[in-house]
Amino acid sequence: MLKRYPLQILNYFIFMVLVWYFSAAPAYRHLTEDKAKVVVSFAHAGELREPCRKISDEELAQLSPNMRRPSDCPRERSPVMVELLMDGEPLLSTVAEPPGLFEDGGVDIYLDTIVLTGEHRFTIRMNDSILVKGYNYSHDQTVELVPAQLLYIGFNTEDGFVFK
Amino acid sequence: MSIVPVKRVYLALEDWLNYSFGAWNPLYHLGTLTFFFFWVVLISGIYLFLFFQGSIDGAYASVERMTHEQWYAAGVMRSLHRYASDAAVGSILLHMFREFALDRHHGARWYSWFTGVPLLWMVVMLGITGYWLVWDQLAQYIAIGSAHLIDVLPIFFGSMTRNFLEGALSDRFFILIEFLHLLGQPMLLVFALWFHVRRLSNVGINPPRGLAIGSFIALLILSLVKPATSHAPADLTIVPQVLNLDWYYLNIYPLLDYWSAGQVWMLTIGVTLLLIVLPWLPPMRTGAAAVVDLKNCNGCKQCFDDCPFDAITVQARTDGARHKQEVVVDPALCAACGICVGSCHSSNPFRKADKELKTGIDMPQFPIHEVRARTDSAVAAMKGEVKILIFGCNHGFDVTGLNRDDTVGITLFCSGMVPPTLIEYALKKGADGVMVAGCRHADCYFRFGNRWMEERLDGVRAPILRSHADHRRITVQGGAATDHKVVKQALAGFREELTKLGESKPVFDKRDEVGESGDA
Repeated sequence: MLKRYPLQILNYFIFMVLVWYFSAAPAYRHLTEDKAKVVVSFAHAGELREPCRKISDEELAQLSPNMRRPSDCPRERSPVMVELLMDGEPLLSTVAEPPGLFEDGGVDIYLDTIVLTGEHRFTIRMNDSILVKGYNYSHDQTVELVPAQLLYIGFNTEDGFVFK
Repeated sequence: MSIVPVKRVYLALEDWLNYSFGAWNPLYHLGTLTFFFFWVVLISGIYLFLFFQGSIDGAYASVERMTHEQWYAAGVMRSLHRYASDAAVGSILLHMFREFALDRHHGARWYSWFTGVPLLWMVVMLGITGYWLVWDQLAQYIAIGSAHLIDVLPIFFGSMTRNFLEGALSDRFFILIEFLHLLGQPMLLVFALWFHVRRLSNVGINPPRGLAIGSFIALLILSLVKPATSHAPADLTIVPQVLNLDWYYLNIYPLLDYWSAGQVWMLTIGVTLLLIVLPWLPPMRTGAAAVVDLKNCNGCKQCFDDCPFDAITVQARTDGARHKQEVVVDPALCAACGICVGSCHSSNPFRKADKELKTGIDMPQFPIHEVRARTDSAVAAMKGEVKILIFGCNHGFDVTGLNRDDTVGITLFCSGMVPPTLIEYALKKGADGVMVAGCRHADCYFRFGNRWMEERLDGVRAPILRSHADHRRITVQGGAATDHKVVKQALAGFREELTKLGESKPVFDKRDEVGESGDA
């Protein structure tokens, strides 16, 4: 029995080493030192696919009082097309179809990529209406990316594209 | 008997730990060890909660204070909390590997396997929310990774990931995670654990005291020598570069750097489904369930007490017999181990010597009268100075490999299927010695077969080996499929002892005449 104790201690030592080592090692490099991350993310509802139509007085008269409204708007929304260029080269792009049975929901955009650090000129542009050709939102900005930086590009209808 | 490589690997590990720990072999106590680690996690967690500040701004600072300013108490508790959690994942994985390697997940045992798989994920998720609470860069990394995974699920609207980009994370969100980690997930885990062991009888909760103390001391030393520390505080404007991941819990997150969240989900769900369906994949076990014969059952409930899988219940007598109770077998729960046959007083082979032996509860594919007939023919066929009959089991050492002129092995479903009177019967029929060779000590394939059998021979569990039986001519030897050397050595030693004792000269006397009830 006594000769077992050194073996037990050895086994407990192996147990300790296994628990300790894999609790924090091997270290995982998520991002190399010369890289930064660019994220484009925002929620946005595309424009309606067709403009609202004003309802004429005759048509209104035919409707019951509680159903009368000034205009008739289709529910379907346009897809949202987003493109990000870095130094003039396409970096990220997507076309998000509106969700929902009637394709009337807002879209959630999330795009990310890893880029080299240093000075870069970013161009972000978006089309959110099938009635408009090309891009109806666009923004250019030069950014000096430092290692491990997270460049977040958001959007809201008041300020347009925002670089953080 | 061929042994699959995975079983051979496991048995080699078990050999090594048997040599070091004996009956305390941690592999025999993985379930209870996990329980023990859970207690350590719970108690250390309660202590940490006293000093923890559950807010975005306060969490990291409070953990740092605990780690550095109160290193001797809260710091040690934090390390114990982490290391015991890691040890728990290790013991769960080993537990699963063991049950798989030893083929203890098929047939009626599917339930414990099936309910065990979600437990693994519950423990992992509990660990993940625990790492969030530190709110350092590791927490930030896994929080964003988790948000990515959640965002692709069609059940949620909006982007959870954007919360971390816009700095919109509020204390309320943090408190939700705190609630999950401190109360919701542990309660769910305890509930799931109850489900996991529901179809088992005599469930152990605590590991052997020595093993628990040894494991705790190991964790304590580890906590003092290598205390758990945090990464730099979370900063949502940067991307963490190097992370000291806890691979027991966080191994899935690096995949997100190479695969989409959907692909990671596919892998996770695929692995989970594969684990879940394993009990129904070949090789299938189709042992027929035990069958009760009320004419030979006096309702003593010994089989009810001995059944390792809670497959036997007791109910009021339905056949009008004078006995008050009878037993009923649930075929869905019966693992077809035959331990109940060994428990039944009516399995006494001295009964109805000239007729077919019927017992109160029997195995249809190898009934007790066939076992007696095989014993008769084996003993009659043996020639030599020392004739040894070996009762083996399907899951331990293959005793038929030991057959020779003076030695015959009979394989049963489990060594617990051997009624003590059958051993005595074999001796009286002409065997000079009987060896019962079940699974390794403390590691019965059917949980308790070899333990019950040994207790019967020691006279502490019914039905006992009668006192006038020659105990010197009976030996018990545990052995796994790979234990050729051990069992052969034990057999040689037993043969030597029997040679010294000389030829057995048993005679049947009045004590062997038993009534129809079977009570010897």
